[in-house]
Amino acid sequence: MLTYAIKRAALAALILFVVMLAMYGMVFLVPGDPASVALGPRATPALKAMLTERMGLDQPVAVQIWRFFANAAQGDLGIDVWSKRPVLDQILEAFPQTLLLGTVALSWALTLGITVGVLAVVYRGTFIDRALGLVSVSFISVPSFVVAIYLLLIFAVWLQWLPAIGAGKAGDIPSQIKALILPSIAVGIGWVGYLARMVRASMLEIMAANHIRTARAFGLPERRVVTRYALRLAIVPTISVIAVGLGSILSSAVFVETVFSRPGIGTLITGAVFKRNYPVVMGTVLFTTAFYLLVITCADLLIAKLDPRVRDALAR
Amino acid sequence: MRWPANTRALRALIRDPMGLMGLVLVTLFILMAVAAPILAPYDPLALDVRAKLQSPSLAHWLGTDQLGRDTLSRIIYGARTALTIALTAIGLAGSIGILLGLIAGYGPRWLDAALVLIFDALNSLPMMMFALAIITVLGPGTGTLILVVVLVSIPGYARLIRAQTLTLRSADFIVAEQAIGASTPRILLMHLLPNVFGPLCIVLSMDIPVVIMLEAGLSYLNLGVKPPTPSWGNILYDGYTAIRTSSTLVIAAGAPLVLATLGFTFLGEGLRDALDPRFTTARP
Repeated sequence: MLTYAIKRAALAALILFVVMLAMYGMVFLVPGDPASVALGPRATPALKAMLTERMGLDQPVAVQIWRFFANAAQGDLGIDVWSKRPVLDQILEAFPQTLLLGTVALSWALTLGITVGVLAVVYRGTFIDRALGLVSVSFISVPSFVVAIYLLLIFAVWLQWLPAIGAGKAGDIPSQIKALILPSIAVGIGWVGYLARMVRASMLEIMAANHIRTARAFGLPERRVVTRYALRLAIVPTISVIAVGLGSILSSAVFVETVFSRPGIGTLITGAVFKRNYPVVMGTVLFTTAFYLLVITCADLLIAKLDPRVRDALAR
Repeated sequence: MRWPANTRALRALIRDPMGLMGLVLVTLFILMAVAAPILAPYDPLALDVRAKLQSPSLAHWLGTDQLGRDTLSRIIYGARTALTIALTAIGLAGSIGILLGLIAGYGPRWLDAALVLIFDALNSLPMMMFALAIITVLGPGTGTLILVVVLVSIPGYARLIRAQTLTLRSADFIVAEQAIGASTPRILLMHLLPNVFGPLCIVLSMDIPVVIMLEAGLSYLNLGVKPPTPSWGNILYDGYTAIRTSSTLVIAAGAPLVLATLGFTFLGEGLRDALDPRFTTARP
């Protein structure tokens, strides 16, 4: 188990290194130097020289790459070329917002998704099962940014029940909760369908297992068999799905945050992309990738701990 | 021999209401894309500043945008943009994926290990962050958009082909080919490829709506197809900026996006059920 954990951590670190090296390499493959590309038509020689120096482009490529990794390892992701603020500060300011949005979205999606999945199993083969299946597929395939814009149109522009932009006033919890409702629906809606289908599929598989037959043979009511015995096992695979799905939560957060002008990782990186703000983009990509790798590695370890079959397979 | 099986699958698809709906929606979408110049009542780029942000009328069925361009025409041409980008990107990614997958599955062990590491690295990136990083470096545009899709999708396709190749490389018919001295390219392209192509095709077609969504999403962020080229994402953005004065544009731009992705998903689900032998035999 310990060797497995070390192996996984080493692999994650290696992947992170390869990714960042590739990203960094790409900057140098592009025709024209990053400083004049970032400045665009505004580039005057003086401005260009200043930016070149600030981005560290006057150093040899190897030195630049070495510096980037050496600094990143110490938690220094460089300085925003435009605002001169440290990139890490901006990320640490934005990240909790995105984390909050993702957590809230996922929590209600989990509750609703598992409920729908269990309902579909209880009523399997009936009209209700098929209707829930159709709803789940529709939820999965509808793009989150379209959902976000439609919600904005209905609840913020037409009905004016909820705010259209921002994350609420600082310190004013009710306004923050109000500002969170629409974005979290837009981020979570796909997950409801996805989780419902997953729970349904894995539960149907489990329902054929011996211990379920035993539970039924004891005369336990079907409802109890489903919720107490089948659901428990069906939850385990959702852990890895949620962990891997963190990437897609980040993706939808980028869109949804932009639609609702919510501060967060999404608005931070899209704003930086527009301005060709390399340090912010690279820093955000490095940070989110590292976080993502951390989560999937932890999820794999957690599953190995929870599921004796996986644990035994690793011990062998 | 293939025909009866295919017509049976098609009939099963049409009998399934979800599959039928998917088939109808996808056919409409493709028709819109192919026949755009015939179907569109106006030039999608023609400006008419006097008729800006109009509500639906007989002259403009879905109204007009900020520059007085006909929304219906722009949406019809948007289907063309979406389909062109999706087919180009998926075709490219599929071809490269096949090549890399065959190399990884059939080539030397070290090359396999190296390629798998690269696939894993690409796969373990949060997709959107990776896309935005590439766009920052190369600048937004249709070319960048296609490159992003290709880079993001290759690992999945290559892994699939690799896994299939690995299981087939020691099959009798491949060993027999090696024994009679067939060249490696011949074995790969003539004997392995036809056997690994089927499963890939299903995955490729299921990715079309994902690419349509990504194209629209990035274009909505102004990081995809450059305006004034009509793209559903661009139209959606125009609608979003005018959301307080006119809601027609944003509703009209979102609807085809939802319908197209739903259509492809329903069709994919329906096809899977229709083609899955376990499913068809289980049914009475």
